[in-house]
Amino acid sequence: MREFHAFRVQERARLARWILFGAFVLLAAAFFRTQVLQYDRYRLRAQNNRLRPVPLQPARGTIYDRHGRVIAETVPGYSVALLASSVDSLRRVLERFRRIVPLDSADLEAVVNRYLQARYQPALVLGNATREQVARLEERRVALPGLVIQTEPRRIYPAGRAVAHLVGYVDEVSQQDLDANRYPGARVGSLVGRLGLERRYDDTLRGTPGVRYIEVDALGRLVREQGAAPPLPSVPGRSLRTEIDLPLQLYIDSIWPKGQSGAMIAMTPKGEIRALYSTPAYDPNAFIGGIAASEWRRLTNDPTLPLLNRAIQVRYPPGSPFKLATAAMALRRGLVGFDSHMPIPCRGGMQFGNRYFRCWKKEGHGSLDLTGAIEKSCDVYFYQLGLRLQLNPLLQDGVSMGFHDRSGVDLVNEVSPIYPTSTAYYDERYGPRGWSAAAVLNLAIGQGENTQTLINMMKFYAALAGDGVTPVPHIVQADSAPVFELGLEAEQLYGLRHALIQVVERGTAARSRLKEFSVAGKTGTAQNPHGKDHGWFIGFAPAESPEIVIGAIFEFGGHGSEVAPYVVQAMRRYLLGSDSTAQGPIVVRTVEDTAPRDVALPPSQGGLADSTGGGPRQP
Amino acid sequence: MTLRRLELDRPLLTTVAALVVFGLLMLYSAGQTDVPILAAQGAWKRQLVWLAAGLGVAAVAFRMSPRFLEWAALPLYGFALILLGLTLLIGRGGGTAAGTKSWIYIGGHAVGQPAELAKLAVILMLARYLSGRRAAPESLRELVPACLLAGVPALLVLAQPDLGSALVFVGILFAMLFWAGVGLKLLTLLASPAASLLLAFTTWTWVGWLVLLAVMLYLWRPFLWEGVAVAALNFLMGFIALPVWRKLEPYQQNRLLTFLNPEVDPQRAGYHAIQSKVAIGSGGWFGNGYLHGPQKRLAFLPEQHTDFIFAVLGEELGFVGVLVALALFFALFMTLVRVARRASDPFASMMVFGLLGLLFTHVFENVGMTVNLMPITGIPLPFFSYGGSFLLVTAAAIGLALRVAWDSRSSSYVEY
Repeated sequence: MREFHAFRVQERARLARWILFGAFVLLAAAFFRTQVLQYDRYRLRAQNNRLRPVPLQPARGTIYDRHGRVIAETVPGYSVALLASSVDSLRRVLERFRRIVPLDSADLEAVVNRYLQARYQPALVLGNATREQVARLEERRVALPGLVIQTEPRRIYPAGRAVAHLVGYVDEVSQQDLDANRYPGARVGSLVGRLGLERRYDDTLRGTPGVRYIEVDALGRLVREQGAAPPLPSVPGRSLRTEIDLPLQLYIDSIWPKGQSGAMIAMTPKGEIRALYSTPAYDPNAFIGGIAASEWRRLTNDPTLPLLNRAIQVRYPPGSPFKLATAAMALRRGLVGFDSHMPIPCRGGMQFGNRYFRCWKKEGHGSLDLTGAIEKSCDVYFYQLGLRLQLNPLLQDGVSMGFHDRSGVDLVNEVSPIYPTSTAYYDERYGPRGWSAAAVLNLAIGQGENTQTLINMMKFYAALAGDGVTPVPHIVQADSAPVFELGLEAEQLYGLRHALIQVVERGTAARSRLKEFSVAGKTGTAQNPHGKDHGWFIGFAPAESPEIVIGAIFEFGGHGSEVAPYVVQAMRRYLLGSDSTAQGPIVVRTVEDTAPRDVALPPSQGGLADSTGGGPRQP
Repeated sequence: MTLRRLELDRPLLTTVAALVVFGLLMLYSAGQTDVPILAAQGAWKRQLVWLAAGLGVAAVAFRMSPRFLEWAALPLYGFALILLGLTLLIGRGGGTAAGTKSWIYIGGHAVGQPAELAKLAVILMLARYLSGRRAAPESLRELVPACLLAGVPALLVLAQPDLGSALVFVGILFAMLFWAGVGLKLLTLLASPAASLLLAFTTWTWVGWLVLLAVMLYLWRPFLWEGVAVAALNFLMGFIALPVWRKLEPYQQNRLLTFLNPEVDPQRAGYHAIQSKVAIGSGGWFGNGYLHGPQKRLAFLPEQHTDFIFAVLGEELGFVGVLVALALFFALFMTLVRVARRASDPFASMMVFGLLGLLFTHVFENVGMTVNLMPITGIPLPFFSYGGSFLLVTAAAIGLALRVAWDSRSSSYVEY
């Protein structure tokens, strides 16, 4: 065949070599592009293929009291998670898991939801596994592919319920929180503070999560837990030093009457909160590692509202403790002195317009001066004081003393008190003709359109006990909340304190186990339109140079005089130390000044604000 | 009798030995996984057995004189066609293509893939036919017999269905026609209907291709009726493209689609293409180290001991390792070109170039598909992929090439 002439063959061989060369250059170029030019891209993809990030939760900062005692701390615990390649396989493994560690169906759904949120990460099953559970799971690891057990910092609150409303609790951040950026810097799986100090100082306490990598195969099965890629360590949160006196807090919890709902706050005249107690409470430890769904239902459906912080989140009619504010306003305006008597002596009540306003004491107090009126808590005196002040000045002065504003305590969810800033409030609420100047009578004795939180009343009493300026109550540090001048001279402050000393001294001196210090304070019984009355007591000690202001409220507790002994006990514990508390119960005698029912204004309207009840029949 | 006295072709032997060792090393690595893959574990040991058998086959092939082969081509070709027909009737799936009828079973044992034997038979038959002609075919009509010789087995294989192996017959045909002296213009016209078939998926590319074809026909001036036939075939292909597409198995459609864009279906059809590219791309310049490719270890790589073994190489030895492997293959093909050029008779020359075409098609398609340069078809990589039938074919090819080189060792050939 002539094509196989050597020259022709040589020619074709040369061409063949060039074609082959071109083909191999093309192949090499394709590999160069993939392996050299696109190396970073494929390297990343290869890692995403096989490495699954597991967040390393940071240890949350410790919360200390003022002497370095632990209120909340972080200890090593175990978390158990499952890595799965599909929802179906996750459910299969969970079914086997349940036979080893029981889970209810709501918990199962929670695990599946967590898985759906981040498919490539291990889905948390038990956030707070016991050593024993971990041992049982480890034994059956073969039956549980994708099981990831790791030590994880665990939050504990040694004092439990006693500090619940103070510290709050921590919980895994939810998708809604992340969407709303409620916790800047938090990631899926982060533990965040939910209430109390944990929430307020979350950014300080939380720390920064780290990450470690585990290696999985093409089917998502775990191959290697350690050493697949260098981990990024977590940064622990900073600790928090508070003004709390933990023994005092625990003592309050220990003496608190069983079944009584209410709150107690102890703070210095400067606003440093030494104790903040509210009950009923929840167990903050129960939330660790994800609260069981059943437990959460029980908490939210509980009629006693254990999640409600009664120290800052509930408004009560202030009742008699507010009479000090009325007195302060009148003194400031120069309308009265401590020895001023009112024109109408108390005979158990007084007529105003066409209505009769009662004093809490049917027999009447007779003619009293201001000191006596405070001591006896005489309503008739304060009705007249209110009339002398007039409604608008009373409202203005109340606002300027801070009754319209939140205390600014460094806790979340403090509610605003209700206190009208001017008569426009009444016009708007009842219509311009729907109310009368008689509203001032109710306001003057702490009823009417005036409801206050315990913390806000504490603010006022701290000013009385201190230098006449309301402090910003604080547990860690004072926020830049407004402060209010009472506007009283030093002797006027002294006079008010002196009157408050009379309130308690008269009753207690005789059987005094309290010789060590004197107590000043004011009881109150606030009318509760919704049920039994609330009892108040706010006082400070030692009365001559106050170091501690303590106030408490017993919900539906009937009477302020029942509250006072507990407050005085707490004062003794704080001022004299633990030795003093072994001395048995205290009987504190104070005036039984149940505030009279609000007189409805006008009667046809049926009631006022949230503090009204059925008005008493007029004589 | 030493090798020296045998005067075997040293460059060919060295290159092949290097490729065999390299291939075994990669096959061993493919079995080293964190996740047990039964098929890949110990594949290198089974491959050693096949290599021993391959050595025997190569020795037998070496003993065969080209004259005998020329004589045997026809019966062998007939036998291969019968086997292919039989496979369509009684064949079963196996290996990496479980869904196709490509294996012959005797007494429950898989004895081999007739398609591999048919490749050799077609090479011998074409060599016999083309070398027997007085002159190279100069018109399309003269190409018809050669096309039929390759086309019939190719269609039988395509019916299995095994697109990859069918393409190998096309590769062999074009390589041998080229070596027989058919001009590139004629080969282009021959290939034009296939291009039409592929480009018909959008009307504009097809119209563009037809315009280009018209220009070529005008410039190259084939016989009139041949020009008409080429044009008609192109039209026909354009029109049947869609029906043919619909007739393709879904997996074949997916392979073609995902070749265009693997991310269309990353979990299923595109999975192989993506994982292979990810493994290779993550190798970088120097790779993750021999035995230490994470994608391979964790079974992300599909078919890592057979079709995608080159991805293991890319991942573990990097671009440098890929270059070494490609250089070895290139050296092998250069050597085969030389052997074919120096062959002492046309039949031997045609045969060696046909073997080159066979091996090159396998290498280019297999290596190309791992970087998405070619669509994914399950054809093995010579010397690397695990598999008995193809290894024996490769061994026979090398044995025959060594024989041809030996025959021409003393011919005083004039180099131009």
